[in-house]
Amino acid sequence: MKRLSAEKRVELLQRKFGIEASVEQKVVALAGNPNTGKSTVFNALTGLNQHTGNWPGKTVGNAQGTFMHKGQPFLLVDLPGTYSLLPNSVDEQVARDFICFGRPDVTLVVVDATALERNLNLALQVMEMTDQVVLCVNLMDEAKRKGITVDIEGLAQKLGVPVVATAARQRQGLSELKDRLFDVAAGKVVPSPLVLRYDEEVEQAICELEVQLAPLLKGTMKARWVALRLLDGDSTLLEDIEKYMADAELPKHTLGREVSPSWPQA
Amino acid sequence: MAASIEREDIHRLHAIARQVRTEYKKPMRDGIVEKIYQHSQSIAEEVTSRSERRRIDWDGRLDAILTSRYFGFPIMLALLGAVFWVTIAGANVPSGLLADGFGWLEGKLTDLFMWAGAPAWLHGILVLGLYRGVSWVVSVMLPPMAIFFPLFALLEDFGYLPRVAFNLDRLFKKAGGHGKQSLTMAMGFGCNAAGIISCRIIESPRERMIAILTNNFVPCNGRWPTLILLSSLFLAGAVGIGANVTAAALIVVGMVLFGIMMTLFVSWALSKTMLRGVPSHFTLELPPYRKPQFGRTIVRSVYDKTLFVLKRAVITAAPAGIVIWLLANITVGDQHVLDHIAGWLTPFAHAIGLDGYILMAFLLGLPANEIVVPILIMGYMASGAMVELDDMNALKTLFLEHGWTWLTALNVMLFSLLHYPCGTTIYTIAKETKSVKWTVLAALIPLSIAVAVCFIVAQVVRYFGWV
Repeated sequence: MKRLSAEKRVELLQRKFGIEASVEQKVVALAGNPNTGKSTVFNALTGLNQHTGNWPGKTVGNAQGTFMHKGQPFLLVDLPGTYSLLPNSVDEQVARDFICFGRPDVTLVVVDATALERNLNLALQVMEMTDQVVLCVNLMDEAKRKGITVDIEGLAQKLGVPVVATAARQRQGLSELKDRLFDVAAGKVVPSPLVLRYDEEVEQAICELEVQLAPLLKGTMKARWVALRLLDGDSTLLEDIEKYMADAELPKHTLGREVSPSWPQA
Repeated sequence: MAASIEREDIHRLHAIARQVRTEYKKPMRDGIVEKIYQHSQSIAEEVTSRSERRRIDWDGRLDAILTSRYFGFPIMLALLGAVFWVTIAGANVPSGLLADGFGWLEGKLTDLFMWAGAPAWLHGILVLGLYRGVSWVVSVMLPPMAIFFPLFALLEDFGYLPRVAFNLDRLFKKAGGHGKQSLTMAMGFGCNAAGIISCRIIESPRERMIAILTNNFVPCNGRWPTLILLSSLFLAGAVGIGANVTAAALIVVGMVLFGIMMTLFVSWALSKTMLRGVPSHFTLELPPYRKPQFGRTIVRSVYDKTLFVLKRAVITAAPAGIVIWLLANITVGDQHVLDHIAGWLTPFAHAIGLDGYILMAFLLGLPANEIVVPILIMGYMASGAMVELDDMNALKTLFLEHGWTWLTALNVMLFSLLHYPCGTTIYTIAKETKSVKWTVLAALIPLSIAVAVCFIVAQVVRYFGWV
């Protein structure tokens, strides 16, 4: 996918997402299922350099934090914890919109090492949207306690994106995580995510649509992903494309009414 | 702007989408989603291995018991009962001590006023109105809250509340609500306004409305003290540990159960009438159990909840104390204003097993449920029966002197449990639903149920001559 110039991205983030970034900062979107220790990862990476707000027009909370690594400033944007990116709820829509239209340099997906079968689902969906993905397999300490081992190497090979094992509560694996984020953000590592194959009928439809979509999208989004969304009957995507991608005369953002799921956290 | 897609291209995209919709009548969503899940599962299986010598899966075992079909509910009730037992048994002594302390100080204050030659009305407003009101609130409400909230927070911290939701999930679906309504109800135990906000987690508007309209039926922080206080005063005697305390705890558990039943019943009724529909499907994930962080949880719950509720009560009770004192001391005709109002409310109040002062306390207590009992106490004290505030029995005596029986106590508890939500909650409902109609219904439905239930209880009890 084409990258935006740094200046344009700063403007985009400010106008459409109410996020103040600087030109030098690399932007990292932080996605993950609830209860994966995503917030712990967020806190461990950014420490006290955080501030919170709301997504424009939504009552979904939004936290951003900054950190430096190898002299490179990063802006970490914490997305709502979701199980998927099919926009069933406002949370899912917020997360999807930022990954898709906020043009982050990297999307960091946090998964629970003890529940990969459920968690990878989100990672696979993110990988359909963007190549710039780093996977963080968190709660390795809990997995160890439960006698679960995860083949990190193997997972990285299968998925085609960098994978880092962490135990964020114990601050383990964080520097490697930052290394990988740096590599992908700086273009030193270019992930090539696994392409999920669907049934014959679906694949054929994707093929036909991709040809038509590619020239219109001009490299702003993956044509395959847009084709899939059209096929699964996602009605919100086109509205969002208009909202986030079209010219300046459009209203900054429409007000959303729906709001955030949040488990009464223990 | 970083416009990357031209206007006309967006029109073309729409055209393609239309074409897809006509070409593939049935969206392929299910197939696509299922495929992702399959991949996710197979990749996970390939890269994960579980050691042969598998550690015991404590979470799984615990869940098997705590959420079991047979033990789930009994354990839930037992835990709830235990929490109330500890609260009721533990609150008496410190409550007595606090009341003693405040009573002693009141004597000293009165001495001070006399020594300074202050006029009687000033002493009346400041000491008998303001000071007494506040000291009653503190000594009656602080100890139970300081015990109950930390205990509840520990259960929450341990991860038990999601299991409660899981147990109740089935019932809510049967009642035509959303399974997540059990979560919003659990939030309501803390604060109904927060419970209403948490209804946002329910996506379907129909089911969210049901959850909003019924959130009021579980007792919130502001109402726990009323329930605990009255059940321990009238069913456990003012002092003592043993069978009485157990009875009082059981009564509170019964109240909670009754509230949950009412929640289910009203949800069911709504889903058969005004909000018809089929419950939607969802997955509830049970987070792992965690060892509670005792120190932090206790400190936090004392600061965040206990002191917060107490502060709200004191802030609203202090001016209310003055107002009530004034009402009780300004005479119109041959009676005090307070007695006029109470007298005017009495016929209706009597029919539902309450009295005029109680009804007035509920009306004046609209801003915050915490202040209903304090207002009531002040009302009674101002209306002539002066009580020494030296021990908890005095409170019971005060109530008895105003003709209370166990029926009165029971109906106050029932009315408190069921009546309209507090001002803050109503405001929140208005903001969340953006509808006057539903906001009014959210207050009227509980109110009519409260009146009906209290009326039936009062009439039945009186008919059989049980009081």
